[in-house]
Amino acid sequence: MLELKDISFERDNKKILDNISLIIDNNKFVAITGPNGSGKSTLAKIIMGIEKPDSGRIIFNGVDITDFKINERANLGIGFAFQQPVKFKGITVHDLISFAAKRQVKLNEACEYLSDVGLCPRDYISREVNSSLSGGELKRIEIATVAAKKSEFTIFDEPEAGIDLWSFNNLIYVFEKMYKKITGSIVVITHQERILDIADEIILLTDGKIKDRGSKDKIFPKLMKSSKCKFKISKGGTDEI
Amino acid sequence: MKFKLNTDEAKLLKKVSGISSDDIKGAYNIRKDGKAIERVVTDNINIVTKEDKTGIDIYIKENTVGEQVHIPVIISKSGLKDVVYNDFHVGKNAQVTIIAGCGIHNCSSDDSEHDGIHRFFLEENAKVTYIEKHYGSGNGTGKKILNPRTEVNLKKGASLVMDSLQISGVDSTIRETYGKLEEDANLVVTEKIMTDNNQYAKTIFDVSLDGENSSCKVTSRSIAKDTSYQEFVSKISGNTKCFGHVECDAIIMDRAKVIAIPEIDANNVDARLIHEAAIGKIAGEQLTKLMSLGLSEKQAEKQIINGFLK
Ligand SMILES: Nc1ncnc2c1ncn2[C@@H]1O[C@H](COP(=O)(O)OP(=O)(O)O)[C@@H](O)[C@H]1O
Ligand SMILES: [Mg+2]
Repeated sequence: MLELKDISFERDNKKILDNISLIIDNNKFVAITGPNGSGKSTLAKIIMGIEKPDSGRIIFNGVDITDFKINERANLGIGFAFQQPVKFKGITVHDLISFAAKRQVKLNEACEYLSDVGLCPRDYISREVNSSLSGGELKRIEIATVAAKKSEFTIFDEPEAGIDLWSFNNLIYVFEKMYKKITGSIVVITHQERILDIADEIILLTDGKIKDRGSKDKIFPKLMKSSKCKFKISKGGTDEI
Repeated sequence: MKFKLNTDEAKLLKKVSGISSDDIKGAYNIRKDGKAIERVVTDNINIVTKEDKTGIDIYIKENTVGEQVHIPVIISKSGLKDVVYNDFHVGKNAQVTIIAGCGIHNCSSDDSEHDGIHRFFLEENAKVTYIEKHYGSGNGTGKKILNPRTEVNLKKGASLVMDSLQISGVDSTIRETYGKLEEDANLVVTEKIMTDNNQYAKTIFDVSLDGENSSCKVTSRSIAKDTSYQEFVSKISGNTKCFGHVECDAIIMDRAKVIAIPEIDANNVDARLIHEAAIGKIAGEQLTKLMSLGLSEKQAEKQIINGFLK
């Protein structure tokens, strides 16, 4: 269980997160949505320890992890797929998957993570995770890596970005597979209706505040009001929501 | 007859050339403490001692394919300054791998130095892979100094791929590489250097693209730690329709210093020359990503460096 208590984060005189309090129970599939710049990524980074909140506490399974380092949190069971995947020089996809799993992952196992995200393992397993890969490829590798980590609590930051429709179905399958396998929680920051659809609960973040949270039926009408255009675009131009 | 080495020497030899006295194939010349200790030649590859100065001439017959030549140098005697002139004459259409390498083990307070001057003469369409590793060990206060100088002359259609590696233990090095390329010739140089403590490493590249459609790619990856100091000076002259690309990429840590001085001279309107240089510390986001996978900051740093020098 993850609990955020009164988390605030301010930069350049702007309240990016404003007194966020939130509990995410075990075995939940939670979606966080909200307009660009509402603080979603910042919230994820604060949970992972990449940013430090100005005030507030973070409790994970009863342990106050507010002052824990990134790797300490990772080893307690927190995972995070970045919105903007990081590029390296010389580090391969196979290396990253092995780091994540904390052991030398066998080729066929590593390949399974890749095919799950719609990448042909043969073409990618030995590739360097560098700027020769496209945004969509990096994004899928990011998801495969975090899947290999098998964290108890995993946050995906806009995993759908740059991923085509065919792979998108796979993506949903990846989440469902992870969700079944782990006894923990998945949090997905997303604008995608089909991910919101399968979430147990949706959290709506606006201007660094939790505007609302609840079931799809409760949250959806509000989303429609606040950001109709964006949903149209993310659905590839179709109108029905 | 197989040469005998003590444990430190055998380790050095393995480190710089991958061979040992019971595992070596093809032609070779092993030099220890300023003397050749064993030499083997083959039908296609001859090795001859120079008469006018220290060093050897290596003759590789035309059309020799798939053979290897090892010419490692090890120094375990301190206070020695060893200067060697090695010339490689590679016949038409030959395709060979040449593995040089120099290891110094120094436990005393006197400096040990090896300056290897290697000249390559590749005839038409010859293809050479040249691997060079430099390594120092031993905890004496005496410096381990290596100053390799490589000259590459490529005739029409010839190509040379040079991999040069210096990962640890060399206190001071000036590495010079010169190239002259004729028509359709191709030179690819990859160097990897890591310095720490008070070490100094200077790299000089000077390549002249003289023949039409000649091309050259130089990639330098280096890591400077502690208070070490590195210089990278490169010059590519494009004198005709040609292509040259230099890429210098350095990670700087602690209080180290790295200087990169690139020069590209286009002396012909059809010369296409590119230089890229980047020096910086390890990207914070790379550390962050690996830490978010559970690696400590130190482990993450190590993996980033390993990858960078891979
Ligand atoms: N370290 C920072 N310094 C200054 N501004 C920041 C910092 N981190 C985030 N921001 C700003 O906070 C806002 C929220 O960012 P972010 O969390 O990335 O939003 P979202 O992911 O919801 O699009 C943005 O306006 C962003 O520019
Ligand atoms: Mg974001």
